[in-house]
Amino acid sequence: MIQLDSLTFIYPHSPRVFQDFNWQVERGEAWAVLGPSGCGKTTLLYLLAGLRFPNSGRVLINGQPLSRPRPQTGLILQDYGLLPWATVRQNAELGLQIRGFYGPDGKHAPADFRPSLAVNHWLDRLGLTPLTDKFPGQISGGQRQRTAIARTLALQPDLLLMDEPFSSLDAPTREGLQLLTLELVAEQQLTLIIVTHAIEEAAFVGRKILLLDHPPNSEAIVIPNPSAFQPDYRNASEYQMLCRELRQRMGDQ
Amino acid sequence: MKRQEILLTVLALLVAWYLAALLINRPILPSPIKVGQTFVSELDNGLVDHFLASLWRVLASTALAIAVAAPAGLILGQSKKLNKILSPVIYLLYPVPKVVLLPVVLLFLGIGDLSKVTIIFLILFFQILVLVRDQAAGLRFELIQSVRSLGAGRRALFRFVYLPASLPAILTALRQSVGTAVAVLYVAELFATQKGLGYYIFINGSTLFNYPAMYAGVVAMSLLGLGLYFSVDWLERRLCRWQSVS
Repeated sequence: MIQLDSLTFIYPHSPRVFQDFNWQVERGEAWAVLGPSGCGKTTLLYLLAGLRFPNSGRVLINGQPLSRPRPQTGLILQDYGLLPWATVRQNAELGLQIRGFYGPDGKHAPADFRPSLAVNHWLDRLGLTPLTDKFPGQISGGQRQRTAIARTLALQPDLLLMDEPFSSLDAPTREGLQLLTLELVAEQQLTLIIVTHAIEEAAFVGRKILLLDHPPNSEAIVIPNPSAFQPDYRNASEYQMLCRELRQRMGDQ
Repeated sequence: MKRQEILLTVLALLVAWYLAALLINRPILPSPIKVGQTFVSELDNGLVDHFLASLWRVLASTALAIAVAAPAGLILGQSKKLNKILSPVIYLLYPVPKVVLLPVVLLFLGIGDLSKVTIIFLILFFQILVLVRDQAAGLRFELIQSVRSLGAGRRALFRFVYLPASLPAILTALRQSVGTAVAVLYVAELFATQKGLGYYIFINGSTLFNYPAMYAGVVAMSLLGLGLYFSVDWLERRLCRWQSVS
């Protein structure tokens, strides 16, 4: 589904972040991208979202080179990206509002888009129905992130990109949302790429883990993790071993 | 402030005024009762027309200032390059007390409504421009990116992010400058006009020596300022509810 072809990316006046980087993601896979701060994790996500563009090489999604954000790609950020002046419902509707604003032009909205503001299902699924009239400033971090997820899923994406989505949440909320995300990914048959600096999160969520190093990154280090998202995986020895291995590899870098 | 608190404060001020009038006991400070009676009788005697002339000038200049300054502030807030070029100009012009430009404005635009509207416009323009610019520039990069990822291009960003984000800035700017605007309107209406509360206060105070009518004019001008202030307050509570509840 995703193919990075000899991708090179440089920020002005900074060292190269990616140098001839190749990577491939199949449809329906759940990936965690792990690495230390400044390794280019977020940059990679922005490249996949069509919000940044490589200096050379290509980002292909479904065989098409990416030249702008794709309507079927959902992006969820650490700070939720909610409009502070809009209620939970209005925030959840924002993506659909924007699509309605442009109409089905195939560029900003899918060509078969029919104007609708149907978000009730997602508000309900994410437990937000009692909060629909609240503003982001009135609800907890976990509820804000649920709102951001509802907003993204209302657009029926096929690819979900998440940038440290749970890192500012407390542990029980974080684990609850990790589980919920994995459930939704399975339910909606999404391809998931989650960027994180937390080893435990990568090991729990990613069926495959892409390890990034200090830049420039020129080789995709992939660690398979086929047992991720098994019930009680956090207590399995396999999980503990993987965490140890990841910690060691990150320490070696 | 609660309605009850406002009423009590008004009452306390009226009592203080009444006591001061009793103590001073001279025609230059009539009691609030006398001024109240004059206010009512003057309503039929042209005070309403003067009030409406002043109100029209403030409203016209406010509308004009929002129409010009808000889009300009949004553009400057979005474009770092343009802001870099223009911010020294704004930095220098912003603190200049615009009222001193009144003679210049009168020379260029004549003695009609245009010069009075222009001078108030200048005061509001800079205030709105600066606040809207800072608000637009302060929108977090992540917020913009996340809305872009929902499919928003420049037009949708403007409609769904920049425009609603600038609303509190416009209202704050108005709240901060509406008092100054009315004060400057008073000064502007002293010059070459026969309509407006400034003229009414001046002519009754210094030519006709009708002090109760002069005070009725002062009350009318205060009501104008207060009315505008309360309107902005009401709009802010209605349109920016998220700020007070969050």
